[in-house]
Amino acid sequence: MTALIALVVRDLRLAVRVGGGAFVGVLFFLAVVVVMPFAIGPDLNLLRRIGPAILWIGALLASLLALDRLFAQDQEDGTLDLLLTARTPLELVAAAKGLAHWIATGLPLVLAAPVLSLLLNLEPLAIGAVVLTLLVGTPALTFIGLVGAALAVTLRRGGLLVAVLILPLSIPILIFGISASNAAVTGGLPFGAPFTILCALSLGSLVLGPIAAGAAIRAGLD
Amino acid sequence: MALIDLANPTRFLAFARAAIPIAGVLAAGLLAVGIYLAFFVAPEDYQQGATVRILYIHVPSAWLGMACYVVMTLSALGTLVWKHPLADVSQKAAAPIGAAFTLLCLVTGALWGRPMWGTYWVWDARLTSTLVLLLIYLGLIALWRTVEDPGRAGRAAAVLTLVGAVNIPIIKFSVDWWNTLHQPTSVIRLGGPTIHSSILTPLLIMAIGATALFVALHLSAMRNEILRRRVRTLRILAAQRGATA
Repeated sequence: MTALIALVVRDLRLAVRVGGGAFVGVLFFLAVVVVMPFAIGPDLNLLRRIGPAILWIGALLASLLALDRLFAQDQEDGTLDLLLTARTPLELVAAAKGLAHWIATGLPLVLAAPVLSLLLNLEPLAIGAVVLTLLVGTPALTFIGLVGAALAVTLRRGGLLVAVLILPLSIPILIFGISASNAAVTGGLPFGAPFTILCALSLGSLVLGPIAAGAAIRAGLD
Repeated sequence: MALIDLANPTRFLAFARAAIPIAGVLAAGLLAVGIYLAFFVAPEDYQQGATVRILYIHVPSAWLGMACYVVMTLSALGTLVWKHPLADVSQKAAAPIGAAFTLLCLVTGALWGRPMWGTYWVWDARLTSTLVLLLIYLGLIALWRTVEDPGRAGRAAAVLTLVGAVNIPIIKFSVDWWNTLHQPTSVIRLGGPTIHSSILTPLLIMAIGATALFVALHLSAMRNEILRRRVRTLRILAAQRGATA
């Protein structure tokens, strides 16, 4: 357990000190949200209606972009070999790294979302719904993305391919995240059903993601 | 013959040499009979008219698109769990065939949907999940092409295949879970099929024919892949010999 906590702390330190991972992710999120009104036109009513969708797309793309270095960096400097030979199961190591990655890149997106939703003219209730769904949904994006990050160890020059492989798997999260936030905005449909499914997807990927990632890393290294 | 006997590539090639013509002839015969029955004998539907004939292609390709992924999932288990030497060959060979069947399913569905639903495409649960299946197939094919070493590529693709297998039950039960435009299951259901036998018989003949076609294509693709790997090994050996000489 202490080893895992140490690993989380180490990854967080690296994320803060090297390369500014969290900052760049939020900046990219901001860029996507800012570019959207230029593409669709600055119609505030339209933006209010599709605002949750824009925020979700921005968060999805930002979390996909940060993925391919998650394990590849550790492989290059040899840390991954040490982690493999350690007594801690690789699945738990993957889960700890995923947790650190989410705190470093996912959580800042959730925190930035209320500020960005002001740009999209969202109402307070809609802001709350989007932030809540992002808070529940971004762990699922991170932990499904963990599989892609582990495959990047095998791919070496993966980059774009990791995003292409992971995107189809993250569609359900997008569907239920957006339908929950839209339900809160329009009020006609129930919020609870899609929201609880989103929670279930997050919990499921929390279990399956690290197992698959561990298998992918083992498969890629020997 | 047990599955383990086919682990030897030479023995597999002998098996394939015998099995491919049988499956091929079976596929050609059944598909010829099925197409004749579907286009000339089977009656027009009282609501759909002649467009019902599209479904004789659409339904078998949808089944095969999913069945092919099931084959790939089993092969992925074979790669990761039992380390069967031909499992990743089977998996690599199946991906393009499955993608082709899924694409055929989507295209024929769109052609049928235009006159019947008034649109080529809706974001219905089953249509969307089938499109996701096609994207997963294409991603897997891209993964196979990116990694040069077949063993490493096979293990990476096997992990991704198993993760993507979550989608198969979603496709199967999408029409039961979400009540959207695509009609619910009508052939394999409790209480028997809801289709009249005049339409069901050609459909089943087409489905068995398409399955035979899949077996023939899959075995040939596996044979090609084995030969391709032998050529690769021979080339590497020749290059090494050239380097030392």
